[in-house]
Amino acid sequence: METMELLAWAKGPGLAIATTIFLVGVAVRFLEMLMLGRKQDLSEARVENSGAYGWRTIVTRTVPDLSQVSDHIALIAGYVFHIGFFLILIFYEPHMLLFKSVLGFGWPVLPMWLIDGITLLTMVAMLVALYVRLTDPVRRFLSRFSDYFAWLVTFLPIFTGYLAYHRLLLPYNEMLVVHILSVLLLMVVFPFTKLMHFFTLFMSRWYNGQMAGRKGVKV
Amino acid sequence: MSTSLQRGINAFKEQIDTPTASFFNSCVRCGMCADACLFYQTTGDPKYTPINKVEPLRRVWQQEYTFWGRFAKALGLSKPVNEDFLEEWQELLYNSCTLCGRCSMICPVGNDISYMIRKAREGMVQAGYAPAGLKTASINAVEFGGPMKIPFETFKKQCDAASRETGLEIPIDKEGADYLLMMSSSEIMQFNEFIGACAQMFDQAGLDWTFSSESFEATNSGMQMGSSDIAGQLVQRIADAAEKLKVKYVISPECGHAYTALRWEGPNLIGRKYNFKVKHILEVLNELVDEGRLELADQEMERMTLHDPCQLVRKGGVIEQPVKLAKMVVSDYVEMPDQGKWNWCCGGGGGVSANEDANELQTTAFKIKKQQIESIGVKHLITSCSNCRNVIEEALEEYEMDVEVYGLSEMLAEHIKIDKKPQESES
Repeated sequence: METMELLAWAKGPGLAIATTIFLVGVAVRFLEMLMLGRKQDLSEARVENSGAYGWRTIVTRTVPDLSQVSDHIALIAGYVFHIGFFLILIFYEPHMLLFKSVLGFGWPVLPMWLIDGITLLTMVAMLVALYVRLTDPVRRFLSRFSDYFAWLVTFLPIFTGYLAYHRLLLPYNEMLVVHILSVLLLMVVFPFTKLMHFFTLFMSRWYNGQMAGRKGVKV
Repeated sequence: MSTSLQRGINAFKEQIDTPTASFFNSCVRCGMCADACLFYQTTGDPKYTPINKVEPLRRVWQQEYTFWGRFAKALGLSKPVNEDFLEEWQELLYNSCTLCGRCSMICPVGNDISYMIRKAREGMVQAGYAPAGLKTASINAVEFGGPMKIPFETFKKQCDAASRETGLEIPIDKEGADYLLMMSSSEIMQFNEFIGACAQMFDQAGLDWTFSSESFEATNSGMQMGSSDIAGQLVQRIADAAEKLKVKYVISPECGHAYTALRWEGPNLIGRKYNFKVKHILEVLNELVDEGRLELADQEMERMTLHDPCQLVRKGGVIEQPVKLAKMVVSDYVEMPDQGKWNWCCGGGGGVSANEDANELQTTAFKIKKQQIESIGVKHLITSCSNCRNVIEEALEEYEMDVEVYGLSEMLAEHIKIDKKPQESES
């Protein structure tokens, strides 16, 4: 298959297939969780609106109590790569235009020099995170194949996007194909890996906050 | 597969609910929960990272309730949940977790890890991997009414002694009283001044209260071990006694787990709402102070700090009252580092102190509390949980530290203005 044909496939049917797997997969994973159900708590709550405590935790847990966290480098790397990833995904002009073609509306984007800097920073942060995972005794102990795999499928789109933009390693169109394929890979594996935390963390924080909130404890 | 293992796996399955699945899906193995855990912090061993302790529950969840997990299991590709695995995890789920809940406060994705530990223990009990010490305590509680097998006659003797000391009648089985006061075994046997202290303060405040001869012990080793059956039986006895005497309130003793078991788990364990309300003794005393029914006669002059029991504060929601009462009664009050919902556990909660296999680890885990006490340089420490008090006293002896430990309720009783003196009550 020629590069251009592959590019057309990736942007068309490829993207459609990946999006379907992503959406159906995420829906199935949510069904799996929700079908388990949850027993009603019969104890008398200390507050009437424990749900509000859940919403509160969704917000507050975004920033940890720094006095309780030892590894500030890993923490900063975590913030940088998460924020960087979403800035690139949403505010890089070609990405916005792709969303616009699907959603029908667009939004202001960041200047290219800034996106370029953010991309570099994001990759550095991800490498730091990987270094921590490989060297810190606790992270190394906890890490399984799936953790390194999730790291790789997240890193590849950023890395290949950066290479394509700077015309490095491969001709632009070829690297663009690799870039798009790496995004499709990310979408396909998303529902079946820890990448699901992107959605479930809100649910988890809510449950945690709500359960403690019933007791009058803000977590 | 043996019957008990199958029973264990079924119990794990039964425990897995939507929050649990959400928690497992959310974990990114960031390891931040290790920062919050006293066992990891004092040993540096990564196996004590909280999320690792719930691995049995996670494996069952993955293999039974996820698409790829079931797929992998069908192909024989998943890691087994077998006897060797559960035996290895017994130490992690019981010896090295006090259910203190700090990990649940720190997790960036919001996982309530101690909620899952509590659940995983249910599976361990059914599979036959509960520690011997906890099993014995639970059997004693079911058969003899408490982990220390205290018969009513012994309890009655302690009440009579308190009655002689205070000159007050200790009401037992008084139908229609407002409050039913519960005790923990150590308050009956070791810290029995608690009975007289409560009697004096309640009498001063004009509180209508009683003990029950049928149920006077509120600790719950069933909950600590992870047996809802046993835990439910123990709570049922208290509910029956309370409802028989038609009381409005049941007062939990100065025991953190008794409070959690009675206040938060109880109705779920017996499968229905109570016909009474549950309050911790410090909640009651604080109300009496607020209403002006108890007044201070004088203050404690020594420099003192307060150790917050996890189950009372972080897991129970009685956060402000202990500090307020301690500050009231102590003139030179020093705050413990991380006071309140971030407090560090004494090392013996969650059944650890009843589990002989965990003795050494419990002493090691005390190093954080030791360091905290040393950092503020106090020689006197107050707490409001008889288990914390026992654990701390033992550890202080082990580390040859010269620190006195007191129960907050007794300390209050010593400084509360008592109008009716013992001799006057005789006349």
